[in-house]
Amino acid sequence: MRRKEKFIEALLALCAGISVFTTVGILYVLVSESYGFFATVPLSEFLTDDQWTPLFADQHFGVMPLVAGTLLTTVIAIALALPVGLTIAIYLNEYAHPKLRKSVKPALEVLAAIPTVVYGYFALTVVTPFLQQIFPELAGFSALSAGLVMGVMIIPIISSLSEDALFAVPKSLREASYGMGATPFQTSFKVLVPAASSGIIVSVILAISRAVGETMIVAIAAGQQPNLTANPFVPIETITTYIVQVSTGDVERGSLEYKTIFAAGITLFIFTFILNNISFWIKKKFLQKYE
Amino acid sequence: MSYKLEAENINVHYGSNHVIKNVSMKLQPNTVTAFIGPSGCGKSTFLRCLNRMNDYIDLFHLDGKIKVDGKNIYDKKVRVEELRKQIGMVFQKPNPFPKSIYENVVYGLRIQGINKKSILDETVERSLQQAALWEEVKDDLKKSALQLSGGQQQRLCIARTLATNPTVLLMDEPASALDPISTSKVEELIHDLKKDLTIIIVTHNMQQAARVSDTTAFFYLGDLVEMDATKVMFTNPRETQTQNYITGRFG
Amino acid sequence: MSEVNWNRIKDRSFKYFGIGCTVFGLSVLVVFLLSIIIQGVARIDWDFITSMPSRFAEKAGILPALIGTLWILVLTAAISIPIGVASGVYLEEYGKKNRFAKFLEINIANLAGVPSIIYGLLGLEIFGRIMAMGGSILAGSCTLALLILPVVIVSTREAIKAVPDTLRQASYGLGASKWQTLSRQVIPASAGGIVTGIILAISRAIGETAPLIVVGALVFVPFVPSGPMDQFTVLPIQIFNWVSRPEKEFGVNAAAAIIILLLVTFVMNGIALYLRNRWQKKIKW
Repeated sequence: MRRKEKFIEALLALCAGISVFTTVGILYVLVSESYGFFATVPLSEFLTDDQWTPLFADQHFGVMPLVAGTLLTTVIAIALALPVGLTIAIYLNEYAHPKLRKSVKPALEVLAAIPTVVYGYFALTVVTPFLQQIFPELAGFSALSAGLVMGVMIIPIISSLSEDALFAVPKSLREASYGMGATPFQTSFKVLVPAASSGIIVSVILAISRAVGETMIVAIAAGQQPNLTANPFVPIETITTYIVQVSTGDVERGSLEYKTIFAAGITLFIFTFILNNISFWIKKKFLQKYE
Repeated sequence: MSYKLEAENINVHYGSNHVIKNVSMKLQPNTVTAFIGPSGCGKSTFLRCLNRMNDYIDLFHLDGKIKVDGKNIYDKKVRVEELRKQIGMVFQKPNPFPKSIYENVVYGLRIQGINKKSILDETVERSLQQAALWEEVKDDLKKSALQLSGGQQQRLCIARTLATNPTVLLMDEPASALDPISTSKVEELIHDLKKDLTIIIVTHNMQQAARVSDTTAFFYLGDLVEMDATKVMFTNPRETQTQNYITGRFG
Repeated sequence: MSEVNWNRIKDRSFKYFGIGCTVFGLSVLVVFLLSIIIQGVARIDWDFITSMPSRFAEKAGILPALIGTLWILVLTAAISIPIGVASGVYLEEYGKKNRFAKFLEINIANLAGVPSIIYGLLGLEIFGRIMAMGGSILAGSCTLALLILPVVIVSTREAIKAVPDTLRQASYGLGASKWQTLSRQVIPASAGGIVTGIILAISRAIGETAPLIVVGALVFVPFVPSGPMDQFTVLPIQIFNWVSRPEKEFGVNAAAAIIILLLVTFVMNGIALYLRNRWQKKIKW
């Protein structure tokens, strides 16, 4: 019987070990193909050329336009999601009736469950025309439209996690503040938000990471033109949408053009890996305070 | 005469915490022994050593020998699963499985591979009779155990333990979560079960210890201060500490 | 104006701002769903569901995409459920003390944060090329299974964590082994939570687009896939295809397909939530 128990434990451990296979697989794939890429295109060119045109006759391999596109849409998304998400979190936590909190929270999480293609459709067919009425110079495909819709999509990430962080702040701190005659506004901003800051920051980092990795909303609504720009009214291409673009086309396996998607991929992976681990580190270091 | 259970110089450490200090005792078969003492004195810990339930705790370390029917239960060759069929345990808060009454009782048999309906049926009736629960539940054994009252659930847990035919029964404050009527039912049960089993009961309630046990052991801060026939312990204990605890000076 | 009054005004204004933001979040959702329904609901009929895609918007349907989604759903579930639940059980019940388990935990937490398109690249090379599955349903399912694995693992762990220890104690006390205790008590008791987590994970998988495109799912599939090695498309990709076309009629098709996709997604989420509520009520330990 003891042998059977050991066998079962080993089998279960093996299953758990498949996650290692995934990580190894991802690293292997990204590194091996990128290695081939960087053997041809020097890292310096990759980082400093201001055009990304690997599929054109005149090939340029500067990744900055893609990074700029990713950054631009992400910044727009966060610019919307952070204030709105945080405000919702504070409102639900400190002002709203507990019943309201209970019903609003799951409703907002519906936003997170909607497939991103659907958001893309919404961005293209509803948001863009609407914005064009305000900004006539807005192009049919733009970073602004995609960024705003992405922002809506990530509101629940910030609002839910921040709300949990605020909720976890000990009652005694609240009571101390109210006991001195502070309003909910003052208590929230002077006491609660600072106390919950690590949890809130973690939620923002996770939201950023999500936005950076987002593909379909941008693929549908932002056009697919690499553009090193900070102008939100024009089409752009992000790292992720470039990969999709190549995948929907006919690119020969093993060619340099093929390898570009892995070079783009490893860039993306490094970004999100750093972001995620910063958030883990913050979580570990500071959240222990209110165990 | 041979002892059912013998503990020789038991010392237990949780990491660097010395929680049981050199305890020795010998228990006669077919007797009821009560462990009494204030909270945290080690009586539950010691009880759990007797069926090796403490094995699951990290940093648990035991020195000494505990012999049941002459054999050391901490010997490396001992199979813990076998041991626990012989030495049953009833916990403080009733913990029936979220299954039917029938399935609760036969669990101990099914895990041994015994699945024959006739054997199971017979065991269910016998165990529930022994636990004085049969009359109350015999008409609906498929009912969920969680629908029983607290007292019934605890008697079900006792029946469940009795199903594997143990010879020793360990009870860790079995009635502390129960109302007075259920408590007296459980105490009656202990009296009846004594015929077939050797019983050890940890209790906070000294009147209960006096009512139910033949021998009483008083633990204090990990030491076995005194152990004697219950009548003697409660009327004329040797140690002052025992006297003070029993008369309520502390604890 | 006194300090106190000024503070009150700030407080009041923020409260309204808070209400406004919450309303904004919810109303965007409503506007969103309404606009899609208005645009697309008229297009949905039996023909739409059973036709193949076509150059002509009025004739185009979602049949291959729907069947493809079903195939992907079943295979992804079949692959990820056993592996995910087993991993969750291992990490929660066996791995408490060793360093291997700690390492796995960190690994899984990282994998959960990797963008889905990277999984697509993984699938393309490892499943598609090295394991020679090509752009098949199997390659797609394996890829998605790896993608949702962290979700299944985490929810399995949470469900198992919720089982009170006294149940395990009772089982051990009767002489059961670790595996007997797990298989007969712990896992059945946590089944509700595990199933909820699985449904939510699968519902996420069927909404995924980018990783499947990268693995090689086709954007235009004029046939119904009949086996796991066939090429395929899924609803989200079909939607993507139609949205990318300039003709307005294809936009209507897209909206109609979206309604179907959302129906499936919401029904699955609804079932999961219902199960979670029932399961939480049952546990009045």
